[in-house]
Amino acid sequence: MKKILFVEDEAALQQAMGEALTQSGYKVIRATDGEQGLRLAKSEKPDLILLDLIMPNKDGFEVLESLKDDPKTSAIPVIVLTNLEGVKDIEKALAAGATNYLVKTHYKLSEVIEKARKILGE
Amino acid sequence: MAKNVHSQLNIFAQCQRYGVSLWQCPQFLFVIMGVLIIITSLISYLVGSHYISQPETVVMVVLALAIFLFILSFTITRSFEKLAEASRMKSEFINIVSHQLRSPLTNIKWSFEILSSEEFDVPESKKEEYFLNVKENIARMVELIDDLLIVSKIEQGQFPVRKEEISLEELAKEQIMRFKVFAEASHIKLNLSYPSNLPKVMADPSLLKLVIENLVDNAIRYTPGNGEVSATIEQKDHCLLFSIKDTGVGIPSKDQEYIFQKFFRAENAMKKRTRGSGLGLYVCNSIIKQSGGEIGFKSEENKGTTFYFTLPL
Repeated sequence: MKKILFVEDEAALQQAMGEALTQSGYKVIRATDGEQGLRLAKSEKPDLILLDLIMPNKDGFEVLESLKDDPKTSAIPVIVLTNLEGVKDIEKALAAGATNYLVKTHYKLSEVIEKARKILGE
Repeated sequence: MAKNVHSQLNIFAQCQRYGVSLWQCPQFLFVIMGVLIIITSLISYLVGSHYISQPETVVMVVLALAIFLFILSFTITRSFEKLAEASRMKSEFINIVSHQLRSPLTNIKWSFEILSSEEFDVPESKKEEYFLNVKENIARMVELIDDLLIVSKIEQGQFPVRKEEISLEELAKEQIMRFKVFAEASHIKLNLSYPSNLPKVMADPSLLKLVIENLVDNAIRYTPGNGEVSATIEQKDHCLLFSIKDTGVGIPSKDQEYIFQKFFRAENAMKKRTRGSGLGLYVCNSIIKQSGGEIGFKSEENKGTTFYFTLPL
């Protein structure tokens, strides 16, 4: 079973996405802030990370940079899942190594999972 | 054509459209500058021809006039900066509002998908949680839109302040009671003290309620567990003073001067709680000023903050 780490500070979004991913056959690891996300990425070695950008204790950009700097985590694909949609934010996240950039309100849970499946090569 | 030229020349109308005072409006300042350049040239000429035998005096006078013009042109540059800043704030406003509205919208969208999609199968017992989440996030959107409407009314100057004789302590007591459960859940002691026989004040009860609600809410939200929030009401010379002291994260000194600005949020506040529109204190400031009082704060980072406001008697 593939592992997906979901880093998101809003509990209700955690719950909905967690439920959807679990029911789609993934093992879900949850982090509610940037620091915890980074720690779990290192210890749990997920196959994919879904990463929010605006979060307490290290925002998503910082997390993304640290992930890509560390050879242990640099190969893990990261989908940025945020409600920021400024061109600068998108460019910055992609330049920092994000595989994909999705604006939350534009995607249904099933569509996010579809993107994840493609990246995981399923 | 003639109308176009006329509207270009009508500086007063243009400045009014920018929403800045005449002394902050570039067009108006340019006209003043032009007039002053002509006057200073004439003065230089007159002084020069009159004191031709005393070149030092002429140099001093011309130098003084040049400094004066320099200061004026500096003021004009500043006024342009202010307009540019206002325009930057407007686009930031749109960015922030759309982001603020998107968060609850995502919540509603995803919860609804879980509830309605055949792809996901949620046990009956869990459904209620998702319904509750939809309800909460609709309330969050309504709250934000209400705040935005108040802000827009403030900015257009359509801000009716109904004056009624009210008891500040009753209003404060109500709000403190309302937040008690919330404070206890975060292990924060919340109390209110005031002397007996406080006089009544003239103010708009619903607006004043909004101010107290915002201040109490902030104090609790930005105070870590096992802290304390205490509100007091006192009578000063010609006013009532409400203050609320917390043992919270405080406001970093570099952020203090911006705290009442619309949409501004201190750096550490964003880290503590990513939700929050940055409108609360802006609204409080406008309401208290409209009511003829004053609002302010004292704060030290990691020690706590005391917000206070006065209302005239």
